[in-house]
Amino acid sequence: MKAFTYERAASPAKAAEAAVANPGAKFIAGGTNLLDLMKLQIETPTHLIDVNRLGLDEIAATRDGGLRIGALVRNTDLAAHKAVRRDYGVLSRALLSGASGQLRNKATTAGNLLQRTRCPYFYDTTKPCNKRKPGTGCAALNGFNRNMAIMGTSADCIATHPSDMAVAMRLLDATVETITSDGTKRAIPMADFHRLPGNTPDIETALAPGEFITSVVLPKPLGGTHIYRKVRDRTSYAFAVLSVAAVFDKQGETRFAFGGLAHKPWRVEAADALGSRGAAAVAEAALAGAKTTEQNAFKIDLTQRTLAAVFAQKEA
Amino acid sequence: MTMTPTTLKVNGKDVRMTLDPRTTLLDALREHLHLTGTKKGCDHGQCGACTVIVEGRRINSCLTLALMHDGDEIATIEGLGSADKMHPMQQAFVTHDGYQCGYCTPGQICSAVAVLEEIEAGIPSHVTEDLNKVAYSDAEVRERMSGNICRCAAYPNIIAAIRDVAEGDKA
Amino acid sequence: MKFDQPATLNPIDRARVVGKPVDRIDGPLKVAGAAPYAYERHDVAPNPAYGWMIGSAIAKGTINSIDTTEAEAAPGVLAVLTHANAGALGKGNMNTARLLGGPDIQHYDQAVALVVAETFEQARDAAKLVRVDYTQGQGKFDLLVGVKTAQPPKSVQGSPADTSVGDFDGAFKSAAVKVDQTYTTPDQSHAMMEPHATTAAWAGDKLTVWTSNQMVTWAVKEMAKTLKIAPENVQVVSPYIGGGFGSKLFLRADALLAALGARAVGRPVKVALARPQIPNNTTHRPATIQRLRIGATKDGVIQAIGHDVWAGDLPGGDVESAGLQTRLLYAGKNRKTTHRLAELDLPEGNAMRAPGEAVGLLALEVAMDELAEACGVDPVELRIKNDIQYDPEAGPKRPFSSRKLIECLQQGAERFGWSKRNPKPGQVREGDFLIGMGVAAAFRNNMAMPSGARVAIDGKGRITVSTDMTDIGTGTYTIIAQTAAELLGVNVSDVTVKLGDSSFPASAGSGGQWGANSSTAGVYATCMTLRGMLAQKAGFNAEDALFEDGMIKAAGKAIPLRDAVGREGISVDDKIEFGDLTERYAQATFGAHFCEVAVDRFTGEVHVRRMGGAFAAGRILNPKTARSQVIGAMTMGVGAALMEELVVDKRFGYFVNHDMAEYHVPVHADIPEQDVLFLDELDDKSSPMKAKGVGELGICGAGAAVANAIYNATGVRLRDYPMTLDKVIGGLAKA
Ligand SMILES: Cc1cc2nc3c(=O)[nH]c(=O)nc-3n(C[C@H](O)[C@H](O)[C@H](O)COP(=O)(O)OP(=O)(O)OC[C@H]3O[C@@H](n4cnc5c(N)ncnc54)[C@H](O)[C@@H]3O)c2cc1C
Ligand code: SF4
Ligand code: FES
Ligand code: FES
Repeated sequence: MKAFTYERAASPAKAAEAAVANPGAKFIAGGTNLLDLMKLQIETPTHLIDVNRLGLDEIAATRDGGLRIGALVRNTDLAAHKAVRRDYGVLSRALLSGASGQLRNKATTAGNLLQRTRCPYFYDTTKPCNKRKPGTGCAALNGFNRNMAIMGTSADCIATHPSDMAVAMRLLDATVETITSDGTKRAIPMADFHRLPGNTPDIETALAPGEFITSVVLPKPLGGTHIYRKVRDRTSYAFAVLSVAAVFDKQGETRFAFGGLAHKPWRVEAADALGSRGAAAVAEAALAGAKTTEQNAFKIDLTQRTLAAVFAQKEA
Repeated sequence: MTMTPTTLKVNGKDVRMTLDPRTTLLDALREHLHLTGTKKGCDHGQCGACTVIVEGRRINSCLTLALMHDGDEIATIEGLGSADKMHPMQQAFVTHDGYQCGYCTPGQICSAVAVLEEIEAGIPSHVTEDLNKVAYSDAEVRERMSGNICRCAAYPNIIAAIRDVAEGDKA
Repeated sequence: MKFDQPATLNPIDRARVVGKPVDRIDGPLKVAGAAPYAYERHDVAPNPAYGWMIGSAIAKGTINSIDTTEAEAAPGVLAVLTHANAGALGKGNMNTARLLGGPDIQHYDQAVALVVAETFEQARDAAKLVRVDYTQGQGKFDLLVGVKTAQPPKSVQGSPADTSVGDFDGAFKSAAVKVDQTYTTPDQSHAMMEPHATTAAWAGDKLTVWTSNQMVTWAVKEMAKTLKIAPENVQVVSPYIGGGFGSKLFLRADALLAALGARAVGRPVKVALARPQIPNNTTHRPATIQRLRIGATKDGVIQAIGHDVWAGDLPGGDVESAGLQTRLLYAGKNRKTTHRLAELDLPEGNAMRAPGEAVGLLALEVAMDELAEACGVDPVELRIKNDIQYDPEAGPKRPFSSRKLIECLQQGAERFGWSKRNPKPGQVREGDFLIGMGVAAAFRNNMAMPSGARVAIDGKGRITVSTDMTDIGTGTYTIIAQTAAELLGVNVSDVTVKLGDSSFPASAGSGGQWGANSSTAGVYATCMTLRGMLAQKAGFNAEDALFEDGMIKAAGKAIPLRDAVGREGISVDDKIEFGDLTERYAQATFGAHFCEVAVDRFTGEVHVRRMGGAFAAGRILNPKTARSQVIGAMTMGVGAALMEELVVDKRFGYFVNHDMAEYHVPVHADIPEQDVLFLDELDDKSSPMKAKGVGELGICGAGAAVANAIYNATGVRLRDYPMTLDKVIGGLAKA
């Protein structure tokens, strides 16, 4: 871990200001991802802006019947919140399937969205990785890539986004609210928040340098049946090999989002419309254009199977 | 690098330290306060050996900086009880042989104490069938304790120890 | 005491304390976090400097230069040690690769430097400023390629690489039913929870290391040899060990580097390996390819059994002895085993819990399941049918000292409810789960090692046993206290046990499942000597003296132990040595594993629902700690079956998933209730304790029972471990 200076931000706007004033700065929230990476010098901020005591830890109803979730709300609290449990079950479920009780107690809403990939080559500084060090190559492409993405990949990076929560947020059409150093606020739809790798896999989100997340807004509840099905290599405390978030609403409308498939939570609007035609149809539409390797080709079959499990669960 | 004064309330006592900002809460406890009951198994949030209870919640002390906890109340294994005066959870681990090498044990025990409180508080888990009905079960405990790896794999014995304490609490 | 004749009735048979489920005497310290592990010795080595190991970034090649100037100038840095300034170093006999690499590099993450600084944070940071310039060499990393030129090793754990009895080829060819399958097991990591760690301090030319090591006596010798100093000048202290499973059998880089660092900076230095360094820097269990050929009569009587093993290791290393159990487990007149070693430049392969059997049985016991199906014989019955009471290679002249495999299978099956199993795979469904049961035999060789102890009684009658034996979670503290209490007629609470210090008498150490039996036998031998001395002091005939209730009793008289000892106290050193009983008799521990799995019919995720086992391992010294050893090992077997794999990147030559987030071991949610039955058994040929080991038996066969249960649940026969969901769905019907 490189030496850094440390400050506690006084307000969201001040946090954003400090970030712009110190080009090497990073916000630290729960710290569960940032410190992990700093210890390995994958992240090397020279200045840390501690945003933990800014407030922003409330969950409040919005005027149009949705919820505004403060950026610093802990994953445990978000999952356990009454309105979330009642109206956004898929989000509770996604959160509870992630990490461990200890980590969820620390992890924040914003931090969770911004956690970086678990690609093992990204994690090993002796290996080439375009995301960690642009231009060095992608070691995963012809290496160990069983867990890597099959959708929206590029020749430069095939990493996945590891968050479970983000998959549910994408499904729910959440919006990320931010503030910049000059006080400008904007709202970024989840669909646009995470990026595909393209030839700049090091740029992962739509955030500008120093832009600070203040909250995430959920639109009004969809109702219906909410399911989050996470498939993993051990029963708990493991990242998803694949996950499916689904809502079957009362009007018979369906929507699906996927984790473990892409550099961002994966959702294809065309697939949403096919809920009535069953798992195979949804899978086919969601996976159009898939690019697999020998090791991760099973994700095609697994996607369909997991969807089938979701449909079966819905019936039960 | 500026050394930074930090005050932690560890096991009920205020302790002032001047720390390299890079010092994790775990290393502050182990290397500065010599409270070595809290263990370092991975230093990356992957094992749970470093679990302590901060402001009433269990966290991995390896993935947080000490100075982020200025003023916070920290409970460690040493605060729960001692070899001569064990906390009921510590006693239950002895009775049920809820350990072998003992290295994951303080983390398991801190977690276990917090898990029972989480269930009591109605916080759901991945295996909670109805998110609005949280109740004690072995399956709940297994899921909630999964962030504490025991390579010696005393798992069923740990579950038995926690069950004992949970039943004792009810009685 | 030399143990060279079968034991007769002896004072241990009173079983007043030994054999009771006594709580661990070190338990209160452990649950309170007060047991000091190697990196926590603020009490004896205050104000240490911190060392951070730097591992090689390449797997094979040479270091051209190491630029340490920037690191040396960094805040707090006290020294940077490399091959260039560490002085001439030897290599321990048990290390295949050198512990400090350079200029030539033997494997990825081989240590190339140590940075010592005032604080941990400074050392870790400065390590990134050390610039190592390498020339990459051509390495061999692919076992599948390596097998083509693999050679028979000189020996396999002291026995020949190949054995052959009768006419295997002929008998196999003509057998009515044949199984001929190849199985693979991957490289695995011990993943013990405490990283390798050492605190080292010098006083003049005397070195003390507080370290986490299973084998104190070995560590002294190897440290002396590596540092080229006299063994008398090395003290190794290892009272608490946060798990080993074989990874801490040997001197490793943490200990050597801490010693070098402390010498360089003139104060205590401590070094712990960072978790992501452990899989590649230290040892691992090597991958195997195993071909099993079993030929049998129509009703399942084995006529021919052959086991061919290929595994890799660094030049000069050893083969994984996966064929050894096949020499002993089942009958069959025509037999053959072979081992071939491929040279690879991956990190060093070495012993991990039950080396040989743990992976050998993953193959053999699935092959037996396949044979059972091919013959239409129940898998429990098949194993019973092929039981044999003597070493099938040596013949009836070498009987087993005791062998209760049949009883284990029968009683285990009964308890588990095996009769409810549907022999036809893929038939039982509960909701969206496919349910299946599997069985496998457990077998682990029994070894005995000389072991010494000191037993002292002070003027107040308090007993202290000291030995350099270690407790790696095995319960050694407790069973040694029980042994001394039994023999000296006192309570466990009257005994203090001190372990893991090379200033104490040399012991067997913790390895190969020999620790419990050998070390308590050493305490037995010493206590017997002490009993003789005390009886004499009390004026009794040693043979007649009864030690109980804190008294020595004979001829109608009872003298308190304390009085017999006298005010000045008494102390005796003695040891057990073993004769040729392990050669005259085949000695092994046996068991049967049963497992029920639920396989998600959609996703192929496997959940173990129930596990049970019955085991025969001689006298069970403490059923509570023994059970814990067995369930822990069963769980490691579940890991091997379902998730554990160090993934080799064959381009770079290293294990890619080298941390605990990516190398999966079972967590709480993976493990259900586990039922363990110990059969009553006393083995009079194993030691005066009549005990054998259990610490490794539990892993042997456990994974195969899981694999067989998966087959029974799904009809998908997998032969490549671990059986991850991608492999399972590959065989499942369309969802
Ligand atoms: C062993 C392990 C297992 C895990 N398993 C899972 C899993 O199964 N599923 C899963 O989803 N996750 C998993 N996680 C990841 C975990 O969920 C994330 O580490 C966590 O959500 C990150 O949140 P944080 O608040 O700690 O983020 P931090 O580490 O504090 O920050 C992460 C990033 O977000 C930035 N940031 C934080 N707050 C803001 C803000 N308000 N505005 C702008 N930028 C901000 C930081 O600068 C940093 O770059 C696991 C983690 C570990 C260590
Ligand atoms: S997949 Fe992406 S993160 Fe992984 S090595 Fe390639 S570039 Fe790096
Ligand atoms: S040491 Fe903190 S989780 Fe492993
Ligand atoms: S007791 Fe050894 S790791 Fe849990």
